[in-house]
Amino acid sequence: MDLTLLMYLIPSLIMFGCGVYGFLTRKNMIAIMISLELMLNSIDINFVVFNRFLFPDQYEGMFFTLFAIAIAAAETAVALAIIINVFRAVKNVDINEITKLKF
Amino acid sequence: MIFDNILIYFAIVPLLTLGGLALCNNKGIKAIRAVAVTGASVLVALALYLVKLFLDARGAGDTSEMILRSDYMWYAPLNIKLALGVDGVSVVMILLSAFIVLTGVFASWKINPLPKQFFLWFFLLSTGVFGFFISIDLFTMFMFYEVALIPMYLLIGIWGSGNKNYSAMKLTLMLMGGSAFLMLALIGIYFHSAADGNYTMNILEIAKNNAVPQSWQLYLFPMAFVGFGVLGAMFPFHTWSPDGHASAPTAVSMLHAGVLMKLGGYGCFRIAIYLMPYAANVIGPVFLTLTGISIVYGAFSACVQTDLKYINAYSSVSHCGMVLFAILMFNQTAMTGAVLQMLSHGLMTALFFALIGMIYGRTHTRDIREMGGMMQIMPYLGVGYVIAGLASLGLPGLSGFVAEMTIFFGSFEHPDMFHRVFTIAGASSIVITAVYILRVVGKLLFGAVQNEHHRELTDASWDERVATAVLIVCVAIIGCFPNFFVNIITDSFLPVVDALKNAM
Amino acid sequence: MPLSFSIAVIAIPLLMFLFLGLAGVKMGRKLTGVLGVIAMGVTTVIAYGVALTYFFDSSYIVDGVRKAVIVWNPDWLSFAKDYVVRMGIAIDPIAAMMLVVITTISFMVHLYSLGYMSDHHGNPEKGFQRFYADLALFTFSMLGLVVATNLFQIFVFFEMVGVSSYLLIGFYYHSPAAIHASKKAFIVTRLADLFFLLGIMILGYYTKSFDFFGQNGLTGICDSQEAAQSAISMAGGATFMGCSVMAWALTFIFIGGAGKSAMYPLHIWLPDAMEGPTPVSALIHAATMVVAGVFLVARLFPLYVIEQGAMEIICVVGAFTAFYAAAIACVQSDIKRALAFSTISQIAFMMTSLAVSSANGALIEIHGGYGLGYMASMFHLFTHAMFKALLFLCAGAIIHAVHSNENSDMHGLHKYMPITSIAFLIGCLAIAGIPPFAGFWSKDEILVACYEKGLGWGLWMSAVAGMTAFYMFRIYFLIFHWKEHKVHTEHKPADQVWTMTLPLIILSVVSVVAGFVPMHDLVTWDGKELHTQLNWTVAGSSVGIACVGIALAFVMYFKENALPSKMKNAFSGLWEAAYHRFYMDELYQFITHKVIFKAICVPIAWFDRKFIDGFMNLMADATSQAAYGIRRLQSGSIQGYVYLYLIGALAIAVVGMVCVLM
Repeated sequence: MDLTLLMYLIPSLIMFGCGVYGFLTRKNMIAIMISLELMLNSIDINFVVFNRFLFPDQYEGMFFTLFAIAIAAAETAVALAIIINVFRAVKNVDINEITKLKF
Repeated sequence: MIFDNILIYFAIVPLLTLGGLALCNNKGIKAIRAVAVTGASVLVALALYLVKLFLDARGAGDTSEMILRSDYMWYAPLNIKLALGVDGVSVVMILLSAFIVLTGVFASWKINPLPKQFFLWFFLLSTGVFGFFISIDLFTMFMFYEVALIPMYLLIGIWGSGNKNYSAMKLTLMLMGGSAFLMLALIGIYFHSAADGNYTMNILEIAKNNAVPQSWQLYLFPMAFVGFGVLGAMFPFHTWSPDGHASAPTAVSMLHAGVLMKLGGYGCFRIAIYLMPYAANVIGPVFLTLTGISIVYGAFSACVQTDLKYINAYSSVSHCGMVLFAILMFNQTAMTGAVLQMLSHGLMTALFFALIGMIYGRTHTRDIREMGGMMQIMPYLGVGYVIAGLASLGLPGLSGFVAEMTIFFGSFEHPDMFHRVFTIAGASSIVITAVYILRVVGKLLFGAVQNEHHRELTDASWDERVATAVLIVCVAIIGCFPNFFVNIITDSFLPVVDALKNAM
Repeated sequence: MPLSFSIAVIAIPLLMFLFLGLAGVKMGRKLTGVLGVIAMGVTTVIAYGVALTYFFDSSYIVDGVRKAVIVWNPDWLSFAKDYVVRMGIAIDPIAAMMLVVITTISFMVHLYSLGYMSDHHGNPEKGFQRFYADLALFTFSMLGLVVATNLFQIFVFFEMVGVSSYLLIGFYYHSPAAIHASKKAFIVTRLADLFFLLGIMILGYYTKSFDFFGQNGLTGICDSQEAAQSAISMAGGATFMGCSVMAWALTFIFIGGAGKSAMYPLHIWLPDAMEGPTPVSALIHAATMVVAGVFLVARLFPLYVIEQGAMEIICVVGAFTAFYAAAIACVQSDIKRALAFSTISQIAFMMTSLAVSSANGALIEIHGGYGLGYMASMFHLFTHAMFKALLFLCAGAIIHAVHSNENSDMHGLHKYMPITSIAFLIGCLAIAGIPPFAGFWSKDEILVACYEKGLGWGLWMSAVAGMTAFYMFRIYFLIFHWKEHKVHTEHKPADQVWTMTLPLIILSVVSVVAGFVPMHDLVTWDGKELHTQLNWTVAGSSVGIACVGIALAFVMYFKENALPSKMKNAFSGLWEAAYHRFYMDELYQFITHKVIFKAICVPIAWFDRKFIDGFMNLMADATSQAAYGIRRLQSGSIQGYVYLYLIGALAIAVVGMVCVLM
């Protein structure tokens, strides 16, 4: 049985949905970050899959994915650093409690 | 060359002064004063020379509407020029402004803190004022108008007293609101300035083309009139004036009441009425009613105030109401009276605010209930205040009288009931003015000393004497020799009156 | 002396004002005073020269008519090309007469003030220099008023005398009463001036000229009867509310004059004006400024003659005021106030006289036209100025001696101040109309003119003349007799220094002889000589009435007795009402404070703060409230944003789908 495009896209969609759900419902900033990573990875899958199935003789999708993974890693590092600093400052990582910068 | 025209120096000299001030050391108060006085004196000299030029030109038979005309293209796609030119009204307004700036410098001799910055903004404001009076291009006029408005916010906000943030904000916002209307009107006029599509910003050309359609005039005229009317403290847009004046530092009150409020009256006739005579004829009575209310209303309100500056601000509402009132009478006599009233009110109110500032600087209160018997303590300031008061209530020999009489006699030329009633109502303000002026003089200067600490206060110092003496002499000169000014002013209204007649 | 010297008459006081006003502070008191007196003396001499030249140089009489002469008349303010206000000097009979009156009284007052103003209850007077400067200003303004060449100039100087009067009434600016009085005087006369202004505006609107006398081929409104008639007809018969507009204009102008001349109901400022120094009261509020209204009506007499309606109003107001003020004068205890009411009454005599003089055209043959009352009025103005100034200066001397205005602090001063007493007596005899003193001659002419208008008018004015005699002698007896003077101060009251006594003597002499001035030859409304003869019936009866009044006063007040208090109790209601000046001041107080201040000014100020400004603040508040409201959307909560984003994205997707499917 050949793997079709749809069979890749469905898990990717589920992954994205989990990410959105997690992003909206989690209060912990680290959990929100994880959800964000989930969404990012599902997009990466899409890039790779679309590249593989629709334009097999090109590599832009692959490159872009690699690029995105690198950026995501850097971004995660920065975000974690911020979260740690926030935690040091306010002893909390609950997103609803950290409103010092509001207004 | 742009520098051939003497008029441009009225904008350049304040800017040079500004530059000179910028080079001064923050602490070098002497140098700052020297630069400021030099700049202001040069302006006065220039203004006097301009009057001479004007009289020579008229004496030589030059009957053109504006003299010293010259145009410099600024932005060709929109046909925006720096168009310079003056007629009699602009000449006397420039003269007035120059004297007020000079006395304003003396009145802020001991300004504290940041004297350098104060004078910087002060001269930027003067640049705007002079620029407005020398230019006859809608765009440049508007630009200078805005230049004159904005420094006011900082001048009041930083150097003011009392509830200064509120007042500065209120003043700026209301005036900016007015100028928003004004800008709409100017854009509207621009796009109807010529029937053949060669749009122009030049007032003379627009008036000559007379191409603004009547239907558009009906929309644009109220916008322009209200835009300038706000600055002219027209009821019901006058409330910035009491708060603004009360909080402003002395020199700013002087410049604001003395010159900036005149921009309103000047703009009303030069832009609103001159360019849209049809609408002026149609809508004029509505505004006439408002200004008529201003006159009486301001006077009555002044009767119950207890803060010296509030009294004066309301009195300004009444007197500036008279300026717009006279302009809306659409005849040469009344309009001449309006300009005389602008001169008179400018000098007299500047004198008032200067004196109030000096008294406040000593007693640290402006509440007349807490003061009394100042005549015994500071006779020089007291006498100055009495003279200012008498000028305000229209004593012959001082400027207020001739201005008011010219206005009333001009207004009375309208035989219909509507104008008559408003003329009589306006004339009745001379009684109410007497009431509130004498009330203040009686409470503030005469009677027993209310506060024993006030006995230790000193009379005017030399710089204060210069400021008040110059203004008093100016007021007396206008009052004693009005015909000199009338002759300069009166012919400038011929084109306006003609335009109004033709549009009927 | 050429008439052009009259420029100096105006200029010297003005220069003195500027000089003393600017440099006076630096000068000594003596120097200031002496300088002021000398300058005024020179002015007086020149004014006499000018007046005598005008009256007795026959070159000013053309065809039996004494012509007005315009000495100087430059343009001052142009309303339009041919609608010009001029300022100048015109000499005509009344102007020349007024020059004499004003400079005489002013000179006397300048001299008198050297003594009177030198100390204030024993302390050196503060503001001595200011006093002389203000006196000079007043003299200048008053002279400018009488030599005016046009109506507008009169208005200008009306304002000027108003201000100098304000400054001089408020001379003792430490005292609240003086401040209040000066304010009241200014505002009441200002109100009247508003009407004056309206009158001028109406007149100017129709005639397009303010000039009294023609010059350069133009005719003035007062040149002749024909000129006046043509000026009136310029209105083209326009009417307003049933009366011709010119009648309205002239009535308004009269109201202006009534304000200065203290006619009922605008008289309320004059009694209070007595808060000023007494020499000022003598100069301004007895002799000169208060007759400005009479002068004004006299100046426009040719117009008033035509508009009889306005004349009737003046007549009624004058006759009523004469009686009203006389009634009040009968009960006042403050001698200056009593004199002030006497002044009001006498000015009303002059007004009435002017007004009745136009009544009966049939008398033209006998008295040479309308002129008898006019002449009598001017004559009375002249004599009254002299003897009333005398009375006030005497009162000043008395007040200076006893430090009080109340007659209860005086009594029996005859023994201590004989010269003052005799001078006061002469003044009283003059005002009462006893021959041969000045008042007799002028008052007699007035009564004759009144009888010519009608018996009722004559009897009414005769009765007032009797009251005049009564109240003047009441004052005289209460001051100088009644009972022994209680000497309770260290220094006994005595005649004052020579600078104060000399003017009294001079004015006494003048009050005796002023009646013999041939006024009917010199001052008539049309410049022609007026042939008068003494009307023995009227003269006899008026002297008789005056004698009755004096006798009554003698009985009641010469020696201390219970009669006055009995009378007071018998008519207590009337007495109280008259003592409180029939509550006119309270009425004005009510109108100004309760109605205008409390019911107009305060609500307007409140409305301005709450509504007009409130609306502006409301707009600002609404803007900032809206901004605060919108700010809630910008919550900073990422999750909230994402919700919105998702909802938005879904909505767009759905809309897109629907669009595609449709």
